[in-house]
Amino acid sequence: MKRIVLIASVLAVAVMGGARVGSAQQGVAPTAGEAAASSAEVKIGNFSFGPTSLVVAVGATVTWTNGDDIPHTVVSNDKVFKSKVLDTDDKFSFTFAKAGTYPYFCSLHPKMTGQIVVQ
Amino acid sequence: MRKRTKDEILHDHNHDGIDRRGFLKCMAWAGTGAFYVMQGGVLRSYAMSQLSKPGAAVPETGELSFVQISDSHMGFNKPANPDVAATLKAAVDKINGLAMPPEFLLHTGDISHLSKPEEFDTVDQILKGATAKDVFFVPGEHDVLNDDGQQYRDRYGKNTQGSGWYSFDKKGVHFLGLVNVMNLKAGGLGTLGAEQLEWIEKDVKHLKSSTPIVVFAHIPLWAVYPEWGWGTEDSAAALSYLKRFGSVTVLNGHIHQTMQKVEGKVMFHTAASTAFPQPEPGKADSPGPMKVPAEQLRSLLGITEVSYVQGRQALAVVDSTLA
Repeated sequence: MKRIVLIASVLAVAVMGGARVGSAQQGVAPTAGEAAASSAEVKIGNFSFGPTSLVVAVGATVTWTNGDDIPHTVVSNDKVFKSKVLDTDDKFSFTFAKAGTYPYFCSLHPKMTGQIVVQ
Repeated sequence: MRKRTKDEILHDHNHDGIDRRGFLKCMAWAGTGAFYVMQGGVLRSYAMSQLSKPGAAVPETGELSFVQISDSHMGFNKPANPDVAATLKAAVDKINGLAMPPEFLLHTGDISHLSKPEEFDTVDQILKGATAKDVFFVPGEHDVLNDDGQQYRDRYGKNTQGSGWYSFDKKGVHFLGLVNVMNLKAGGLGTLGAEQLEWIEKDVKHLKSSTPIVVFAHIPLWAVYPEWGWGTEDSAAALSYLKRFGSVTVLNGHIHQTMQKVEGKVMFHTAASTAFPQPEPGKADSPGPMKVPAEQLRSLLGITEVSYVQGRQALAVVDSTLA
């Protein structure tokens, strides 16, 4: 099941996403002015990104969580963002400041691909 | 007493082209006895030998014998194997107990699970228990995390080229250790890259076509199951440089199960993991670790013994489980 979680505030993510949000968080943290921007989650499971394509608003923070028993990475094709290796339950977040389509993949298992559409 | 037959086979014809006699010689070498034994109840034999030499059997003695291990994934601690150190130790015990002691070991990558120094340290420590002291490595994608393989090369690839590829000779057999886990592209498979391909071409140029070739790399160099990334984009280019050779053996890991394919003079073989099994191609939602009952685990892990018996012109590849 693909699941899109669109939450109004970063605080809500912290509540719903569990206590580990901060533990492996990387990328650009939202500034105070963007605190109200939307956030979204991508689940990594069964060697795939869910949802494969995610549409978010400019300023949204996307958080990837690895639910597999095998480590994965989240790497932008155009080198806009790149996570460290994510072990089971590790998370990676990135805030999209500019509109556009951001294709990404797992650099360990490059058949795993996805995209974030920022509009 | 080992047969001293090296000269008879390898230096019989001393020109580079393959004449009919040389060709047949190579074919005989390639076509003799690639065995595939799965212990623990199942026995299968891919007797290439039956094509040319039905009498060929498991060699009693060999000029060259080595063991391939793969995918030790040190640091993995989830079902079905919470103790991958114990199963690697079991693999070393198995190797030390072989009737034909190997001269060296090949490790075809995913030494570690997360490229952590302590994971590599543990593997090194366990492998010190092997009676065969030399271990030749190639990296898996788990060994080059976060630093493009720098730590891997510092530890295991001191005298290698590029991202860690190299070659060496043992008793007339030419070995190429290749790296196909770097710079992977979105949507793609394993990659050797232009620089490494160029090196391969140069590396084998001076060799006689009768020289047996062993290629080892982490990701399979044949399209096992591209849907799961089990293949290498530019392996065909690499193999094209090896076309003229009478015998090419390609040893890979990555897929955590034994599999074999023969294509002309090339034999492709994948080794089992010493850590955890993965599903057969397409038989699960993903290639993630197979969760199996504890009592079954060791029957799905294993080592691969490779022997080159020059006297019989035979190459034998024998898989045995840790059960």
